[in-house]
Order: sequence, then structure tokens, then C-alpha cells
Amino acid sequence: MATTTLIYDGTFEGLLSAVFEVYTHRLQTVNLHAGEWLTSALFEDVIKVVTDETRAARVLKGLKERVSHIGVQRLYAAHLAGMVGEDLNLLGYIRYAFDSPMNIEEDYGNRYVVRVSELVRMVRREKHRMEAFVRFQQLTDGTFYAAIEPDFNVLPLLIRHFKSRYADQKWIIYDIKRKYGLFYDLHDVQFINLDFSDDNKAANVMASFSEEEGIYQQLWKNYFNSVNIASRKNTKLHVRHMPKRYWKHLTEKI
Amino acid sequence: MLIILVFLIGMNEERITEKLNILADAAKYDVSCASSGSKRKNENKGLGNASNGICHSYTEDGRCVSLLKILLTNHCIFDCAYCVSRKNNDIKRAAFTVQEVVDLTINFYRRNYIEGLFLSSGIFKDADYTMERLVRVAKKLRTEHNFNGYIHLKSIPGASDELMNEAGLYADRLSVNLEMPTEAGLKLLAPDKNQQDMIKPMGYLKNAIIKHTEEKKLFKKAPLFAPAGQSTQMIIGATPENDSEVLHSANYFYKNFKLKRVYYSGYVPVLADSRLPALNTAVPMVRENRLYQADWLMRFYGFKVNEIVNTAQPHLDLDIDPKLGWAIRNMQAFPVDVNKADLQMILRVPGIGLLSAQKIVSARRFGKLNWDHMKKMGVSLNRAKYFVTCNSNEFERRDLTGSNIKQFILATSQSKYLKNTQTQLNLF
Repeated sequence: MATTTLIYDGTFEGLLSAVFEVYTHRLQTVNLHAGEWLTSALFEDVIKVVTDETRAARVLKGLKERVSHIGVQRLYAAHLAGMVGEDLNLLGYIRYAFDSPMNIEEDYGNRYVVRVSELVRMVRREKHRMEAFVRFQQLTDGTFYAAIEPDFNVLPLLIRHFKSRYADQKWIIYDIKRKYGLFYDLHDVQFINLDFSDDNKAANVMASFSEEEGIYQQLWKNYFNSVNIASRKNTKLHVRHMPKRYWKHLTEKI
Repeated sequence: MLIILVFLIGMNEERITEKLNILADAAKYDVSCASSGSKRKNENKGLGNASNGICHSYTEDGRCVSLLKILLTNHCIFDCAYCVSRKNNDIKRAAFTVQEVVDLTINFYRRNYIEGLFLSSGIFKDADYTMERLVRVAKKLRTEHNFNGYIHLKSIPGASDELMNEAGLYADRLSVNLEMPTEAGLKLLAPDKNQQDMIKPMGYLKNAIIKHTEEKKLFKKAPLFAPAGQSTQMIIGATPENDSEVLHSANYFYKNFKLKRVYYSGYVPVLADSRLPALNTAVPMVRENRLYQADWLMRFYGFKVNEIVNTAQPHLDLDIDPKLGWAIRNMQAFPVDVNKADLQMILRVPGIGLLSAQKIVSARRFGKLNWDHMKKMGVSLNRAKYFVTCNSNEFERRDLTGSNIKQFILATSQSKYLKNTQTQLNLF
């Protein structure tokens, strides 16, 4: 059977529009990836998915009839994370949900269901890590600033946690890898972009730290060292809980 | 003027740093660092909430750092043999003021270093005087700073009911350390303490928590009272109790005082004393790990304490986990058909955890499961394969004894404790 390749724009609406294409053209074996439309692709069996809000909404409505509210959220989170090479598994999950007569969310014997549950677990873990590893630094104007570099795109999933926890302080969490951040202004959270061009580097952020900031960082480092029990040293366990790639943003590990 | 100001801040910083070093160091042998189980919300745009536990960092020994865990002071009138802060130990002493603890907590919390405060203390003057200071810190955080983060306070043995009641209104969790698994052990090492003094505040809190939970069901606005419950800690390996005594004692306190957690702390030799293990004794980390595994079996896997340890089996096997230990002693219960058995029985299979057991029970409604399915769900087949059958022709056909299975599993698994147990010589 011929394989049709679908190319879409990488958005969730785009993914749902791709589902629409699959069912209108009655496609069987498909390949799906996000990316640019290349002319060379004309020689193969390729469809460019046009992201269409009406179509996406129709697919979403149908999906909600087959999958629980939480199931849709999980799918959205798995897609948002932007993991490379997983588009086809998400599509496979949605198709399986549409093609089955009953709710398939707990069918862990199915490869798509089990894969999506793995993806969700990976995203959740990264989100949880960020809730733990964000280190705010107080700037002179009182705003608390933190830089992060998560493995997946989890910033939007962090809004609720940080907004309800730090309701009485202004804060910024900035994803350096994906070049956007969250800013809470004591009322709402907005997405922001900061200009970190060469002559506007992180040093400038450091220059605007509040007077107390250095003291508390030092106290925290001291605390971290004091609670260690040397005779129980277990580096393997330490690194498993705090992988080295996160260290550069952790005050106590710098 | 500016120079003097900087100088003052500098002095202060140095003093606070020293205090923090002394009082965090003295508090670190309290192993609890849980910050979960509470449901305190952030109200009126205050600071913080306490709901889902988060470990913000991990020490180099791999333990979770979730709370600012400190003593208010390490001055102490008691002389417990196992404790670094004992009266007759020649160490530096320090004491925080209430305001200093409040400032540290708030500033660490705002930077997302911690989930909250775990405040303990050496006993100075008497029980009530000490408890009153601890309560004062919690009260100040809650009422003056609108702080809704997690607060864990120590219940000081012998403290009055009035103070315990006040503590419950401000703290999320309270704990009193039993210190030793049995009363005899306590008498030996902590002659100033007696178990009745410890049980008294525990008993008061148990009843107060039940009462407040009932009230909360009737009136939504009823105040929170120690919403994350009570816990305790026992030191393991300082006194000669066996695992059976330790776990039966834990079971007694779970049942009778509705504790949320019992912590087991492998004794770290810090002091030379003829009543204690020598200073170069290794910390019993494997034993501690096995005790926690057994504790989990009692709380989540439906095991009775007698099934794990009993007079015939007074110690946990250090080579293998207690669930595998139970399975090889009870081979008549296996094999289990994962496509048919009750959840309770699937939970008893070595290599199948809580999550994979639930997944198995959910997934089998859709079709029969085979080895590949189980592997994908996270089952550790190298152990489970000896104890289950599934939708496959391949299964363990040999009539293996428990000890055969133990040998096979040990031979194929990379124990994380191998470096401690490798005593056999390589002959070839």
C-alpha cells in the first residue's frame, strides 16, 4: 500500500487538520511531520496540510466525544512539548480513538496509547523538574527573574503553578532555548520576548540584581553544603535526581 | 555613613551564615523532608501554597531537599547518646531569633529554593518554653506574612495540649521522634526521655486531627488543622532491635496514631560512646532501604506486617527486596495469570509496581496481554517472569524452588549494592 506523506505547520490545529485530511481522502498508511514545504517533495505522494480552524474544531469536537476531557489535555500537552519524530504517534492515537467503538484511553496494550502515556510522563516530569529547579533572582525593581532551558517546551504548562504560588511578587521565567518567557505583573501572566543580543547579555541582568540577592544566594549555597551527610555520599543517586544539564541554572551547583 | 551601613550588613551576614551552618548541620539527621499531603491554598494574594510535594534540590548523598530544615537552637538540656546536640558534647552552640527564621524562610521561598520550613529545636529550659518558641515562628509566618507554604514543626515531648492545639492551627505537619524502635532502646541511649512523654502529644494531635476533619466536612470554613498529619522517626542500627521489632513498632504507630509516615534513619556514627556502634561503623544504608520497601508494602500493597517479618523471619533479606522475599517463601500462590487475577494478587507479583498493576487491570479489558505488553507498561520482567503467566506459550515451565529463583535473579541483575556484597572470589 502506498504511503502518503503529510506535512503540517507543527501547531495543534495543524495536527487536527491533518486528521481531517486522513479521513476525507480515506488514507491508510501515512507519514506525518512538521516542516517546510519542499518542491522536491512534489515527486512523491505528499499532501501539504492547510491548517484550517473550522476543520480543526470539527475534529476536536469529535475527539472530545471519544476521549475524556483529561485525555484531550494530555494529548495537547504531549504535542505542545515539541518532541521530534512523535507526530505520527499522536496521529496514530487520534485515529485509533476515532476508529474504535469505545473509549481507548486505558488500552495500554495498544502501541499508540502506551507511547502517548510515555510522552505525557516525560512532559510531566520535565514540568515538575522546572517547578523544582527554577531559581529566581531578585532584580533592583523587585521583580524575580529566572532562566531555564527545559528539554521540552513546558513553559505554558508552568503558568498555573507559579501564578498561584507567587501571587504577591512580580516574576519572569525565561526559556533561553526557545527564546520566550512568562511575565507575571501581579495580575496576569503574559508571554514576552527579551532582547539578549551580544551587547545586552546576561551580564546586564546580573548588574541589576538587588543588594540582598548575593547574600541569600550565598546563604542558600551554605545551607546546601551543611545538610549533606558526607558518610552517605551517593553521587550516582545525586546525578540521577539532578542531571548535570540543569546545573548551570542552579544556584547551589554553580 | 554608607561605609558603616555596609559594615553592619556584612557583620550580620557573617553571623547569620554561621548560625545557619551550625543549625542546619545539627538538623540534618532528621530524615523527613516531605512537603506533600497538605492542601493549603494561597488566599488573598499572599505568598505560597502547599499541595504537591516538590524536591527543589538533592544533596550529594542523594536525599531530597524540600524544606529549610533547621533547629531553632542546638542548646539542649538532654544528654541523648546518639545526638550531636547532646548536653555534654563539646560543640559550637547557636540560636536563631524568631525574626531570623522568618526572614530566611520567606527569602528562600520567594526564590523557589524551598517548599517551606521544617523547624525543630534542642530543648532549652523546658518542653513548653521550647514548643512556645516554635509555635511563635509559625504563627508569625502565617498571620503577619500571609505565608501559605508548608510548615513542619516538631512536637516537643511533654508539651502541653494548649500549645499542641495552637501548633496544629499553624503547621501542616507535626512530628515527634520516637528515636528508638523500642522503649528499652530508648532507656539505654536517652535516659532523660521517656516514651510516654512522646506519645502524649501524638495522642492529643491524633484526636484533634480527627475532630477537625469531621468539622471540615460540616463547615467548609472550619480552619485547617495539621492537614498533612503526623509522622515520626526511628534510628536504625544504634540499638540491637531486629527488623521484626522495628516494623511491628512502625505498624503499631500507623494503626493506633494514624501516622502518615514512619521514617527509618540509618545511624550515622557521630559520637564515641560505649553504648553505641564504633565510630568507623558503616551507615546501614541497605537495611534502611529494605525497611522502607517493607513499609511501602504495608501501606500500599496490602501486605500485613506478619507476612513480611515474623519470629521465623526476624530480619529482612539484604540481597533481595522484601516483596521478592515473600514470593519465594510462598511459591504456592504462583503463578498468577495477569489476564484474570485480582488487582490485590497482581500487586504481590515481584517486578510489578502500583502503576503497572493498575495499567494491567485497565488494559486487559481491551484484549489479552502478553509479555511485550507488560514490558511496555513498565513491568520488570526479569523478576516477574518467574511468577506470572499471560497470553503466550512461553512461560517458566521448570518446577523451580524459591532459592533457585533467587539465584537466577541475583545472577542476572545488577544490584545497586553490589559493591557492598561482593565477597566471592573470582577463581578463573
